Amino acid sequence: MSSIAQKKGFGATIWDFMTTVDHKKIAILYLISGGFFFLVGGIEAMLIRIQLAKAGNDFLSAGTYNEIITMHGTTMIFLAAMPILLAFMNAIMPLQIGARDVAFPFLNSLGFWLFFFGGIFLNLSWFMGGAPDAGWTNYASLALASEGKGIDFYSLGLTISGFGTLIAGINFLVTIINMRAPGMTYMRMPLFTWTTFVASALILLAFPPLTVGLFFMVFDRMFDSNFFAVEMGGNTIIWEHLFWIFGHPEVYILILPAFGIFSEIFAIFSRKRLFGYTALVFATILIGFYGFMVWAHHMFTVGLGPTANAVFALATMIIAVPTGIKIFNWLLTIWGGNISFTVPMIYAVAFIPSFVAGGVTGVMQAIAPLDYQLHDSYFIVAHFHYVIVGGVVLAILAGTHLYWPKMFGTMLSEKLGKWTFWFFFIGFHLTFFIQHFLGLMGMPRRVYTFGADQGWDLFNAISSAGAVLMAIGIIILLVNVVMTTIKNERVGNDPWGDGRTLEWAIPSPPPFYNFAQTPLVRGLDTFWIEKMEGNKKGMIFAEPLGDIHMPNNSFIPFVISLGMFIASFGALYFLDDDKPWALPVLIIGLLITFGSMLVRSLKDDLGFHITKAELLEDAKGGKTDGH
Amino acid sequence: MMKGIKKWRLFALMTTLLVFLAGCGREEISTLIPAGEVAQDQFNLLILSSIVMLFVIIVVSIIFVLAIVKFRRSKMGEDMIPEQVEGSARLEFLWTAVPIVLLLVLAVPTVYSTFDLADVSTMDVQAEDGTSTHLTVNVTAALYWWEFEYPEQGIVTAQELVVPTDERVYFNLISADIKHSFWIPSVGGKLDVNPENVNTFYLTFDQQSSELEDGVFYGKCAELCGPSHALMDFKVKSVDREEFDQWVTAMQEEEPAAVEGDLAQQGEELFGADGLACISCHATSGAGGTGGVGPNLATFGDRNRVAGYLEHNEESLKNWIEDPQEYKPGNLMPEAASLNDGEALSDQELDALAAYLMGLSVEE
Repeated sequence: MSSIAQKKGFGATIWDFMTTVDHKKIAILYLISGGFFFLVGGIEAMLIRIQLAKAGNDFLSAGTYNEIITMHGTTMIFLAAMPILLAFMNAIMPLQIGARDVAFPFLNSLGFWLFFFGGIFLNLSWFMGGAPDAGWTNYASLALASEGKGIDFYSLGLTISGFGTLIAGINFLVTIINMRAPGMTYMRMPLFTWTTFVASALILLAFPPLTVGLFFMVFDRMFDSNFFAVEMGGNTIIWEHLFWIFGHPEVYILILPAFGIFSEIFAIFSRKRLFGYTALVFATILIGFYGFMVWAHHMFTVGLGPTANAVFALATMIIAVPTGIKIFNWLLTIWGGNISFTVPMIYAVAFIPSFVAGGVTGVMQAIAPLDYQLHDSYFIVAHFHYVIVGGVVLAILAGTHLYWPKMFGTMLSEKLGKWTFWFFFIGFHLTFFIQHFLGLMGMPRRVYTFGADQGWDLFNAISSAGAVLMAIGIIILLVNVVMTTIKNERVGNDPWGDGRTLEWAIPSPPPFYNFAQTPLVRGLDTFWIEKMEGNKKGMIFAEPLGDIHMPNNSFIPFVISLGMFIASFGALYFLDDDKPWALPVLIIGLLITFGSMLVRSLKDDLGFHITKAELLEDAKGGKTDGH
Repeated sequence: MMKGIKKWRLFALMTTLLVFLAGCGREEISTLIPAGEVAQDQFNLLILSSIVMLFVIIVVSIIFVLAIVKFRRSKMGEDMIPEQVEGSARLEFLWTAVPIVLLLVLAVPTVYSTFDLADVSTMDVQAEDGTSTHLTVNVTAALYWWEFEYPEQGIVTAQELVVPTDERVYFNLISADIKHSFWIPSVGGKLDVNPENVNTFYLTFDQQSSELEDGVFYGKCAELCGPSHALMDFKVKSVDREEFDQWVTAMQEEEPAAVEGDLAQQGEELFGADGLACISCHATSGAGGTGGVGPNLATFGDRNRVAGYLEHNEESLKNWIEDPQEYKPGNLMPEAASLNDGEALSDQELDALAAYLMGLSVEE
């Protein structure tokens, strides 16, 4: 693919990516923009740790600090972790089930551009009068009291990018239900596909409550409705419920695909079938199911009463059971295997103790009376960073190394990868382990400074030192990416040598139609089965070679999203008396969006066919223009 | 009964751990050095759950280390293909059942303690003469300070909570503006201070704060409430019942003691309605009503800190009066100059105010 891109010239490549509906290119878009936001969020994290490196530091002002913690959390969750995972889902899941693309390629592109413009809009707040400053949880009483436009940027930006995520979730659900290759029954699906499936279902069910909450917030702030205004009979606790009904499943939306990536890695690099595959699948479903029943454990101190607290405490504890099942099945997968310590495998191996540490502190906080002490202290900060960095970010780094050759056709340096790992891993534990004790020593979270008389100096200094190591690790990763791209040593179908699932049976990167002939799946780990039986082609086919119907590229998703982006600025300044242009901007933006939707609806776009002759040409090593 | 068993079982271990953890944090604020029954219960749960979790971690670690040491490719051989095991129903059962048992061990004290700590049924119990048998404090949180009203005693103070030791103290929490959270880590915690409803709980203070190095327990706001969230501290003085009663009596005197010294008298004038009118927001009598715009200053001279966190001396007080935004960004106290027709206060005026305020005291 990239050899075609080189021939095309820079402008044409950009245009190609702006109009693409190919899941593999959309994956690259997600990876690049998610990676960019990851760096932005990382810089914000470094500013936080500089500020807290010593007692009474005045590096950041109180107000700026609150903006930075808010944007750090929001960016990392919504704009970095989720999009990067969506990148892997897009790149790999259709290949794993033997599909030529996702079910709705046009919507796939629309989902990306909505996320992208939402994220850009949110971050523009830095340059347009101040970022949101009520924490990523945006609790209502503080959010309503917040001056400036920050909270409006938050609500509008997340609404737009939330639409994008919701679209992606629906798309993956339909894809997995409808587009599996012949023989790919549900219980033969690779675990990464399974976790994509469950996470997509969670997206479908969890994002609407958030959208409702954000709508209330927008209406309260812009049109003086009184959903959360206490003096008018509103109630701020409603926001907390809506936010956490979304917020808790969101954690599983992040961690389940991470589990999926690690499941693939354990099997590949132990050269062994996943131990207890069925149990792993059902544990995944159970975690997704329980994920909706535990939101109030974020609210133990709100004053819901002992009955609610006890019920939610017990419900939360139950989640430890399926999670434990997963951990032990992974351990038994590597047990008796033949372990190769490649970079992805090192991450996967390091993930186990890190995540177990994060998991057990989760159970401790499920003990409601104990949580009265731990809630909103640095203990919880340590806990969720252990889960999200020790689980999700390690999975993202592992997945980047694992799937880089499949996405770009060249392998990241193993040597530099190991350097990244050691810096990041040691830095991670140094930064966050000690924060458990800071919390127990009485340090509340979200404090911009602390006095020298509280006894927290040393541990905070150690924590900040750890953050520096993590930053070095990420810088080495960037160097690795640049060097790998320059060297550009091409690799074959199965660069790790022990691939087990369908994506490793086709070239790296795959041709834009993925499979010239749809494969026939004969069992779990279908590529492994064919390899073990000496099938040189890596798969058997379910159909003869024939014409392939493909969708056309389209610029419309970009324009629809751009219209929303423009309209948001109109909405943002709508109430300002000195900005009469706001209303026209709002209208123009919406016209662009709905106009382009109309064009899409009225204009027939029938796609095109790749002929059998072209496919044969391609198989011989010729090139087909991928549009 | 159950609590007794729990305490007895954990006593030995706790003592060992206490010694070990004594290096962790200051006794004024650390949850690891509990100074009240509630904090002690919570600490016991911490120890119990830590032991269970340590067991889990050890089991996982053993399997984990053995697996990655025994089954390395360098040992197994480059070409070795392991047996493709599908799973084991027996093992699946084992690692489903064992965690459930472990969770039950935690679930029972969790439920018990959740109801125990929320039990405020004795709050309204009255003695025969109609007075409450327990002390109740109404806490109002505001940006960024705390008001403490003792309704039964008819007194109000701010920023420094004074409580008797060795008995239950009940708290009614409500916010005057946005959501805060009331937390005294070493005594027990925490409960959110919501704007829309009163939250109620109790704490007991088993140690006199005079035994502490700093003489007070540290209280915190634990819910992000704006720029100065980090500075929204309060202090707790726990004294024995006798001393507490004396303090209450002193607070109940309607008329504050006469101001002594020329400088302080000048300060009183400045403070009053004919001067800067500080008094329109800050009451100086503990017998006053609640709902003050600014903190009640009746006990200002007895306090441990200025503005909740600055050192308690005239220097910090004068700095604070001159420019409150510098020390607590986003707080609602006006700059001194704005009350003085735009002119900054002279050094002499500041000295006078400081002398007056430092003289406000109800302690002997």
